[in-house]
Amino acid sequence: MNQLLVWYGELTSRSALTRRGLFQLIVPVLWLLLFLVLPSMLLVGVAFMQRGAYGEVVWSFSLENLQRLLGYGLFGWSPDNMVILARSVWVAFVTTLVSVILAYPLAFFIASRPSRTRYLWLTLVIIPFWTNLVIRTYSWQLLLAPELPPARIAAFLHLVPPDSALYPSSFAVYIGMISAFLPFVVMPLYSSVERLDWSLVEAAHDLYAGPARVFSQSVLPQTLPGLVVGIILTFIPAMGMFVIPDLLGGAKYLLVGNLIQQQFFSSRDWPFGAALCIGLVLLTLLALGIYRRQGRNVDLA
Amino acid sequence: MFQNEDILRAFQNTIVLAVISTLVATLLGTIFALAMERYPWGKRARGFLENLLYLPVVTPDIILAAALVIAFSLLRMVSSLFELGLFSMIIGHVTFQIAFVTLVVQSRLKGLGRDLDEAARDLYASSWYLLRKVQIPLLMPGIVAGAMLAFTLSLDDFVISFFTAGPNSQTLPLVIYGSVRRGVTPEIHALSTIVFLATILLVLGSERLTRRG
Repeated sequence: MNQLLVWYGELTSRSALTRRGLFQLIVPVLWLLLFLVLPSMLLVGVAFMQRGAYGEVVWSFSLENLQRLLGYGLFGWSPDNMVILARSVWVAFVTTLVSVILAYPLAFFIASRPSRTRYLWLTLVIIPFWTNLVIRTYSWQLLLAPELPPARIAAFLHLVPPDSALYPSSFAVYIGMISAFLPFVVMPLYSSVERLDWSLVEAAHDLYAGPARVFSQSVLPQTLPGLVVGIILTFIPAMGMFVIPDLLGGAKYLLVGNLIQQQFFSSRDWPFGAALCIGLVLLTLLALGIYRRQGRNVDLA
Repeated sequence: MFQNEDILRAFQNTIVLAVISTLVATLLGTIFALAMERYPWGKRARGFLENLLYLPVVTPDIILAAALVIAFSLLRMVSSLFELGLFSMIIGHVTFQIAFVTLVVQSRLKGLGRDLDEAARDLYASSWYLLRKVQIPLLMPGIVAGAMLAFTLSLDDFVISFFTAGPNSQTLPLVIYGSVRRGVTPEIHALSTIVFLATILLVLGSERLTRRG
C-alpha cells in the first residue's frame, strides 16, 4: 500500500516515511534492546539457574531459587525472606502515605506565597531533590548522632539508652525515606495546586461543604494528576531502595534492596539475587495494579 | 583533600562519566523523540516504543543494575570491552538517561505543532536543511533541558554505578559511600560539602536557563 500522502508539508509515500523513520530509530532502539531488554530477559533466565560452588552461574534449570524466595531452604521453611519482602512493601507504603500527607500542606503553602519568595521556597524543595542520596543519608547519620538534640531528647524521655545514636533503627529508616521522597511528591503536586481552580473550592464552601467534603470533592479531583505522578515516583523507587536501609537501618532493618545487593556482592549468589529481583518487580506491579483499580473506583464515585 | 589521589581520580571519573553519558544519551534521546513524533507509526509500533521508553522509568533502578551486571558478564565472553569499569558505567547511565531526554524533547516537539515544518517544506527545504535550520533550533531549549536533567541524574546516581563499577572507576558517590561504611575521615565531610555546593550551582544554573528558554 504505497499511497502518496502529504506529511508535514512534504509530498511523500507511506513506505518512504516508514523506511526513513526506521532508519532513524535503529540506533536508539538497538541500544535499548541490547542494554535494557536483553539484560532483563537474562535476569529472568538466571533466576531459574543454579549457583556453582565458587559463586558462578551453573546453566541448568532449577526452581530452587523461587522456593528459597518463598522461604523453603536447606533447614526447612523459614519466614525470613517473606518478612523482608513484606517489610519492603510496608515501608514503601508508609513512606508514600506520610509523604503525601506532608506534601499537601507544603504544596499549598508554596503556592500561596507571593511570586518573589515562591521561587525561593521551590528552590529549597528542589535542592534536596537533586542532592546525592548518599550524602543526604549520611547527613542523617550525623543528625541522629548521640551528641545532638534528637538523640538527647529521646534519651531524656527514656526512649533509648543514654549516649546512643538513633540509628541503626527502623525509625531512622522511615525518617531517611520520607525526607528523601518528600520532594518527589511535592514537586508534581505543586504543579497541580498551582493550576487549581479556586472558584470550585469556593462553590463547595458556598454549598456548605465541610473541610473534608471540600477536600474530597473539589481539591482532590483537581490535584489527582499530580498526586498520581508523585505516588508512582515515590512508591516504585522506595520498594527497591537500599542505600537508606543500609546506612540507617543496618542489619536490624533489612529491605529487599539490601538482600539483592548482598547476593550480587558478598554472597555472590546471582541466581537467588535474580529471583529476588523478579519478586520485587512482581510486587511492584501488583501494588500498582491494586492502586490503579482503587484509582478507578475513586474516579467513578 | 586535594592531595588525595583516590579522590582526585574519583572526581575525574565522575565528570568523564557524566559528560560522555549525557552527550550520548542526549543524541540518542533526541533522535528517538524526533523519530517517534514525526512519523506516522501505527498504534502497535507506538505502543512498543512507549513501553521500551517507560520500562526504565517504572522499574526500581536496582533491577536494571542487577540485569546489567549479568548481561555484562556474558558480553565479556564476546569482547573484553565489557569488563566492569568506566565503559560499562557509561552504558548503564546512558540506558536510564535516554528515557528522560526523550520524554523532555518529546513534550517540546508536541508543543511545536506542524506549522513551521510545513512552512519550511513549502519553501522547498530539504529534510536535512529542515532538521538543521528549523527543528534543531526550535528544539534547543528542550534538548538543553533534557541534557541538564540527564547530567544531574548521572551525578546523582548511586545504584547503577555501584553495581557496574570496576576497581579503577570509583566515582565520588561511591567513594563517599565506601568511607561512610568504613568510618569517616574529615576529608569526606569536605568532599560532601563540595558535591553539595556543586549541586546547588547546577540547580540554580538550570533554573536560569529554563526560565529564559
